[in-house]
Amino acid sequence: MSSVAIADQHAHLHDPQTFLTRYVWSQDHKVIAIQYMATAMGIGLVAIALSILMRLQLGFPGTFDFINPENYYQFVTMHGMIMVIYLLTALFLGGFGNYLIPLMCGARDMVFPYLNMLSYWVYLLAVLVLVASFFVPGGPTGAGWTLYPPQAILAGTPGANWGITLMLVSLVIFIVGFTMGGLNYVVTVLQARCRGMTLMRMPLTVWGIFTATILALLAFPALLVSCIMMALDNHLGTSFFMPALVSLGDETVYKGGSPLLFQHLFWFFGHPEVYIVALPAFGIVSDLISTHARRHIFGYRMMVWAILAIGILSFVVWAHHMYVSGMNPYFGFFFATTTLIIAIPTALKVYNWVLTLWRGDVHLTIPMLFAIGFVFTFINGGLTGLFLGNVTVDVPLSDSMFVVAHFHMVMGVSPVLVVCGAIYHWYPKMTGRMMNEALGRLHFWLTLIGTYAIFLPMHYLGILGVPRRYFALGDTYFVPDSVHSMNAAISIAALFVAGAQLIFIFNMIWSLKRGQPADPNPWRATTLEWQTPETPPRHGNWGPELPVVYRWAYEYGAPGNAVDFVPQNRPPDDHTVVAVGHGRNV
Amino acid sequence: MNLVVATVALLAGIVVWWLAARRLTARPWEGQGTYDGRDAAELRARPASARVGLWVFLAVATSFFTLFIAAYFIRMSPHLVQGVDFRDWRPVEEPAILWMNTALLGAGSAAMQFASSALRRGQPLGAGRGLLAGGAFAIAFLLGQCLAWRQLQAAGLYAAGNPANAFFYVLTALHALHLLGGLVVWGRAVVRTSRGNSPIASVRLSVELCTVYWHYLLVVWIVLFGLLLVT
Repeated sequence: MSSVAIADQHAHLHDPQTFLTRYVWSQDHKVIAIQYMATAMGIGLVAIALSILMRLQLGFPGTFDFINPENYYQFVTMHGMIMVIYLLTALFLGGFGNYLIPLMCGARDMVFPYLNMLSYWVYLLAVLVLVASFFVPGGPTGAGWTLYPPQAILAGTPGANWGITLMLVSLVIFIVGFTMGGLNYVVTVLQARCRGMTLMRMPLTVWGIFTATILALLAFPALLVSCIMMALDNHLGTSFFMPALVSLGDETVYKGGSPLLFQHLFWFFGHPEVYIVALPAFGIVSDLISTHARRHIFGYRMMVWAILAIGILSFVVWAHHMYVSGMNPYFGFFFATTTLIIAIPTALKVYNWVLTLWRGDVHLTIPMLFAIGFVFTFINGGLTGLFLGNVTVDVPLSDSMFVVAHFHMVMGVSPVLVVCGAIYHWYPKMTGRMMNEALGRLHFWLTLIGTYAIFLPMHYLGILGVPRRYFALGDTYFVPDSVHSMNAAISIAALFVAGAQLIFIFNMIWSLKRGQPADPNPWRATTLEWQTPETPPRHGNWGPELPVVYRWAYEYGAPGNAVDFVPQNRPPDDHTVVAVGHGRNV
Repeated sequence: MNLVVATVALLAGIVVWWLAARRLTARPWEGQGTYDGRDAAELRARPASARVGLWVFLAVATSFFTLFIAAYFIRMSPHLVQGVDFRDWRPVEEPAILWMNTALLGAGSAAMQFASSALRRGQPLGAGRGLLAGGAFAIAFLLGQCLAWRQLQAAGLYAAGNPANAFFYVLTALHALHLLGGLVVWGRAVVRTSRGNSPIASVRLSVELCTVYWHYLLVVWIVLFGLLLVT
């Protein structure tokens, strides 16, 4: 291994020679990023289709014969697992992390490009194993995305033989692949920043992805541990998690295991996972808001500190998912307190986004629309989080649709809005073309209004006591007829939102060839990725010389400047009005 | 879980301290320029990326083993259900060969340290021997672990029999897997050393990194072995 990272030296770059090494077995972080994004979105479409199937059943029970209770549980499980891990984690860290970290830090590539390539292929393998579980006898697991034992591996749960095994194997592979990528992201940020790029000059996007990667590196082992132990319980008959029990009339081989132990391990991973998804979204949205409001981010230092504080606190809130699990009640007191404390740095970030918009020169571009949509949705989801963080409120609402509405708002819709905004924002850099504006606006409004039509009423269903995870409500006495009408309405809204995502995908593909050619820096942004000599950036990102950074990433509309933005790499004595490489940035 | 929280807090503390040492209180909106004076010093001080990568990986592995140890303690503690003690933990009688294995692993670590020091002193021959011995001791350790497993099985102690047995097998197997991964990297270092045309700095780095990893796995093993002995 060379003592100088490959990212620091142009001469060491492995120039791709053939189509295969350029686009398939590529070690270029930009190609790997796009591979990650395409795979994640592909499997994400499967998860959307599963959610539509669920909604069809809930909205119109009894209408669709091919959906039976077993299928329904499989849809629920696979939808949740795919969305949280295989879509959002992979997209934010593998996709945006890969694309943006080297470009925003002024590096030529990740520090370990070969490991980076391997990370993607291992991720793809994990996805394929997961997909394979749809085609094995018994189908995929229907244990719920949390895979709680004992039911996850007991006969009677769908996919208790093959499905759960493939799920555990796929998760283990995913974690191995992620660790390879995660090492790269962290070490690249630490080692390969260009001259002048101090940590406190990094764009918040990099801060968010960097901190989320550290969280993931420390939290995923908990999932790994629980997967290994559950697989052993399943196949070797150990009793880590499995208590003595009678299943379908027969006594099982298990005795003495602790299902609660699994829950602790799972949520020790599961709660940081929320922030693994949220922190990159926080970072990206800060940059979107600042760029499109032509105003420096309000309270940059506080934003960095808040990201770090949230990162640390996210490790001590996990048992707020377990208030009704039968754990020691004193734990509930502790975890409710920490949960409410974590709201402080999070609220601080929300205030700072709003204050950045305040008196900004707000351009309602599509990325900005998504960013504002995110702030709204995140406040909504965050406030119901405060409800559920309190034990006394959580106990009656637990396992009701209120919880489903809460977490979809806060970690479903919110991050997805950021993903969309980020794609509209960086698409011109990735492809050299703009996405279609009209289709983009249509996509935004359908998505925003549609998701509110889905999830706002769901809170009321939850308060009424409508339980989650139920295949059909039947003639339950406390469920009035209006609930069924509401469920039908929600399902119709879900169809619209799913359709809107097809518009988005169409727009991405159509714009690739037909989109308007993009200016190298269409949003007049300051960060380094917009200052590359070519668009899209070539292998190695920069010309013969690495960029040099002279200032922070938020020099927008600064008093005394002739232009309303100054790129990070513009020397202080350079007073030309037009920045390097830009045609119309006056 | 207190143990886990403490470990993660420690790791997080290290991260924050490290970041704070890099002027997290700077006001980036003030001042322009490259900070060249400080930057140049920082660049000189920047360790090799592979070294940083290894330390980050060790943090991940530490989180992994700590979680397993936490699970060990939680599973070991008695479950009281309506006042009835459901304690089912039957401690494993550790095979005596584990003591020898520990010595082997310690010898491997010492040999690696010898190789690193020899390289630093400019004695490639001694370094090569130390490196080979370090790997050989590690392989001997793994064989010894296999023997320990065979002995346990001969005594009728299977994984499914008791949670203590299960943890014994899992912890030793995972430690062995980490060592196997280390041996792959070690194999590459051996090839690089024996070819003789690799730059001395890169040979030195790979030997040093193997040494760090060997020491780390020795520490992990001592912790695990100690845990198995006292419980």
